[in-house]
Amino acid sequence: MREGVTLRVDGRSVEVPGGITVAAALLRIGVVALRTSVTGEPRGVLCAMGSCFECRVSIDGAPLQRACLTLCRDGMEVTTDGRGG
Amino acid sequence: MGEVAETLQPDVAVVGGGPAGVAAVCRAAEAGASVVLLDEGLAPGGQIHRHLPGGKAPRKARRWLARLRRSGARVVTGAPVFDAERSGEEWLLRALASGRPLHVRARRLVLATGARELFLPFPGWTLPGVVGAGAAQALLRSGADLAGRTAVVAGSGPLLLAAAASLARAGARVAYVAEQAEASSVRRFARVLVASPAKLLEAGLYRLAAAPAPYRPGFWVKAAGGEGRVERVHVTNGRRKLEIACDLLCVGYGLVPNLELPRLVGCGVELSPPRVSVTGRQETSIPGVYAAGEICGIAGAGAAVAEGEIAGLAAAGALPPDEARAGRLLAARDRARAFGDLLAAAFSLRPEVLELATPGTIVCRCEDVPLSRLETAETLREAKLRTRAGMGPCQGRVCGAALSALRGFPPDSVRPPLVPVPLEVLAAEEVPR
Repeated sequence: MREGVTLRVDGRSVEVPGGITVAAALLRIGVVALRTSVTGEPRGVLCAMGSCFECRVSIDGAPLQRACLTLCRDGMEVTTDGRGG
Repeated sequence: MGEVAETLQPDVAVVGGGPAGVAAVCRAAEAGASVVLLDEGLAPGGQIHRHLPGGKAPRKARRWLARLRRSGARVVTGAPVFDAERSGEEWLLRALASGRPLHVRARRLVLATGARELFLPFPGWTLPGVVGAGAAQALLRSGADLAGRTAVVAGSGPLLLAAAASLARAGARVAYVAEQAEASSVRRFARVLVASPAKLLEAGLYRLAAAPAPYRPGFWVKAAGGEGRVERVHVTNGRRKLEIACDLLCVGYGLVPNLELPRLVGCGVELSPPRVSVTGRQETSIPGVYAAGEICGIAGAGAAVAEGEIAGLAAAGALPPDEARAGRLLAARDRARAFGDLLAAAFSLRPEVLELATPGTIVCRCEDVPLSRLETAETLREAKLRTRAGMGPCQGRVCGAALSALRGFPPDSVRPPLVPVPLEVLAAEEVPR
């Protein structure tokens, strides 16, 4: 892992190790629920390999991005639809 | 209104950068073909050799990955293929690469799209902190820190031990490993390993690394509970019941092949077990389209590499280079596949794990469709039309596989796009040639 990068997650600035996935970064900062389901359930990572889309978050404004297949970049804006931890 | 797509025109396009795809690319390129590899992940290696770009690849993958770099092939990562169509004498693959459209036109295709975990619904399976068995390793290999977590590993197959070992090495406490296969099946499988010292050593090392976690054949997870995240797991063997406190449940019931792209292309598939039909030379029912690896039947990395080599040579028109060499590859493949069959038999699913869901248990996670609403559906198509199950972003990859396991439903038809794509990418045009 390289030098740290700063992400903005739901408006809050956090520093995470560089070179890791957004899903890994969210777990590191204690965000277990990445989205809220259509009936209001909290949901987190399931398959961690891009099949299930449970980890879908908005990255820099683009929706339906798989956090498990997205690398953190300095300045990245991550919007989850979850309720944080 | 669409964006302009970058267009690549190799002799051979390979989809999927796991062991099979990488082997195919290397062999085809070394035989003189121009090759493009499209992979959805962040770096080649697939799931078994997953690593971060710029990070250290697993030792077993390094030779092939170095060979891939030397091959001269164009490797495009982060590029899921969302559509494929015949265009004259060529195939046109449409992929999404960093939000932009990428088109690949090739006369020969090698499909090596691998496998994903089978998830079977049970009460509490949608709680955050419930992940797949392979997902635990995937998370660790993509930079997650699971030190200090208390994990239960459950489901079926040798993957459970590998996951437990990885978790233990990462500083998690593995409280329990519940293998749904009976002890007698696991022992029979272990005896087969004796014939392969390398595999036996590997299994032994996993067991050592995962110790002191109790490994319990004949046990399965009945339910998970918690407020907002998993906090406890109920396991049973049908007679005894245990409740185990944990904050991570890694549960997977084996692998299912990713047949979406092969089926979209029109390749003939068999159903039990689901796999692409291929000739001895790895050619599908569509001339010029080859398939290799887990999509030809779950059998592990050894079979995948052998099949990838055969498919790559065949796609480049270079098979057999000589009968002796082709024979060696074919024999390696057949041995590896035989091992895969043994695996499937040893870890076949017991009826109890197909009956865990209650009427209120969510089956389609994308659209929150519970089992009760799916009771009367007799096909996946009917389930989809009545309840929206299968219409979400995963397009039935999770619920469809689960319902096929629970009810024996054959797969529904496949439509593009295979993954969600922005409209301007769907409408992309190519620069006129």
